[in-house]
Amino acid sequence: MAYYDRSSAGDNLARGLGWFSIGLGVAELMAGRSIARWMGMEDKTNLIRAYGVREITAGVGLLALGDPKPWIWSRIAGDAVDMATLAAGMEDNPRAGNARIAFGAVMATTVLDVVCVQKLHREEAYHRSLPVPDYSGRSGFPRPVSAMRGAASDAPIGQDMRTPRILQFQPAQSQAASS
Amino acid sequence: MRALVWHGANDIRCDTVPDPEIEHPRDAIIKVTTCAICGSDLHLHDNFMPGMEKGDIVGHEFMGEVMEVGSEAKSALKVGERVVVPFTIWCGECDQCKRGNYSVCERSNRNKALADKVFGHTTAGLFGYTHLTGGYAGGQAEYVRVPMADRTHIKIPGGLTDEQVLFLGDIFPTGWQAAAQCDIQPTDTVAIWGCGPVGQMTIRSAILLGAKQVIAIDRVPERLAMAKAGGAITINFEEESVVERLNELTGGKGPEKCIDAVGMEAHATATLDSMYDRAKQALMLESDRAHVLREMIYVCRPAGTLSIPGVYGGLIDKLPFGMAMNKGLTWRMGQTHVNRWTDDLLNRIQEGQIDPSFVITHTVPLDQGPEMYKTFRDKRDGCIKVVLKP
Ligand SMILES: NC(=O)c1ccc[n+]([C@@H]2O[C@H](COP(=O)([O-])OP(=O)(O)OC[C@H]3O[C@@H](n4cnc5c(N)ncnc54)[C@H](O)[C@@H]3O)[C@@H](O)[C@H]2O)c1
Ligand SMILES: [Zn+2]
Ligand SMILES: [Zn+2]
Repeated sequence: MAYYDRSSAGDNLARGLGWFSIGLGVAELMAGRSIARWMGMEDKTNLIRAYGVREITAGVGLLALGDPKPWIWSRIAGDAVDMATLAAGMEDNPRAGNARIAFGAVMATTVLDVVCVQKLHREEAYHRSLPVPDYSGRSGFPRPVSAMRGAASDAPIGQDMRTPRILQFQPAQSQAASS
Repeated sequence: MRALVWHGANDIRCDTVPDPEIEHPRDAIIKVTTCAICGSDLHLHDNFMPGMEKGDIVGHEFMGEVMEVGSEAKSALKVGERVVVPFTIWCGECDQCKRGNYSVCERSNRNKALADKVFGHTTAGLFGYTHLTGGYAGGQAEYVRVPMADRTHIKIPGGLTDEQVLFLGDIFPTGWQAAAQCDIQPTDTVAIWGCGPVGQMTIRSAILLGAKQVIAIDRVPERLAMAKAGGAITINFEEESVVERLNELTGGKGPEKCIDAVGMEAHATATLDSMYDRAKQALMLESDRAHVLREMIYVCRPAGTLSIPGVYGGLIDKLPFGMAMNKGLTWRMGQTHVNRWTDDLLNRIQEGQIDPSFVITHTVPLDQGPEMYKTFRDKRDGCIKVVLKP
């Protein structure tokens, strides 16, 4: 079973990164053009908007209740793509300084992402190292299951809980005949 | 007294609060000896149920000793008697109660006007469960006020431990009703989604009621092991395709009876519909995740029955209703009419036909309740059912 604990330290960090993703994503989507201009990369406006959508998706994924690990990994992959785009954009760019600032910021969040995903995997490993309790003897019955099957078939169950005879599956022939 | 109090999402605390008092002649005050955390409490803890208020005392599976009885309940209940309290409060006099439909009692919800508005017509009052169902203080506490106590109780004879009878107040009759309303035939395959405490009780009930084949679905290994101990064939939905396996086990025709013992917080592995649900729920555009319902509708044999003890709170999305309609499925659902079943079930416990305490994995003092909510929700430490001792 994929393990995750929605109240652990790793998880809190993941949630924080989720909100960060949504904030960044919305900014990239709404202000894609200004961001691109500030970095001297106007031609990448649409790309930045697309990255915004990617960030929002990751953010929603992180805030939802499931396993955060795949989403953090997707953020790390996204960070790599961001850095590659920025690095490529720095050549022949009068505003390369700004692009470098952005590059540094992405690198900082990558560090956080990596810390987070390591924490989450450590938590999972710890959980997996715990012994799994053995409940194979807990039937709740005094005798083997085979001896208990149907033991309560005479139970008082009101007509309102019964399926109309015609809708019962068995025995098929007599049902058809009695209709 | 000490009690577990709801303060918001993920925030249940053990607080000191005023002791309850008799407010109406039909009330009784119970000193709680044992109580439990139910899967329904998790929906409150995770804040998926609308209608909770800060300061509400939670808990609806509890038992104890009668401390004080109002004048109109005296003929039915005496101080010192040992009772399990059903989570559905019922009056015994309205049309619904006369039919045994206690969970939709017309008179026990003191916030009837609100419920009438939200549900069209009110349902019964419940302990520790949102203001839509009366906002009554719950039983994860040292003392509880039981309204309509002349009806709302199950008397426990001597010779049985708290652990053996506690679940008569909720999960045992819930599993039982889930199976009973499938009207199980000896040729039936009954598929049960969810091997939490309710699923476990449902499995045992389906066996006792004579199902040919019981199939249980979950992904938590120790829960699946317990399901197997109770006589179920198990499917781990993280490792196998539920639909394929169910068809395989039924000669390609699908199970006649499908039971949803999961409810609104269903998990799914990387299926499109579950991603969609999670995203919508995270953005608060949808309250319930319907993955299990969708799967049941799809795999159920035409003219079969869907039984839904799993709790849903509000709106679900992308439910293939056309499929359900065209397959002519019967839907049975609802909160449990607890007292309708408890005489019979208490007998079965006394006779030794079943001992519901098999499901208990953790017993702790009340003040450790808040941590145990998390242990139970996150299925840590092999946790399946938590019992609290005030
Ligand atoms: N109708 C009633 O009167 C009544 C009474 C008590 C409880 N309930 C409801 O019954 C439900 C179960 O309660 P519980 O105490 O067993 O809770 P639980 O949370 O311990 O159990 C739910 C189980 O479902 C499993 N699950 C999740 N997604 C699944 C999927 N897609 N397929 C199969 N299994 C899946 C989980 O792993 C878990 O083991 C809850 O919704 C609860 O509110 C209803
Ligand atoms: Zn419950
Ligand atoms: Zn009534």
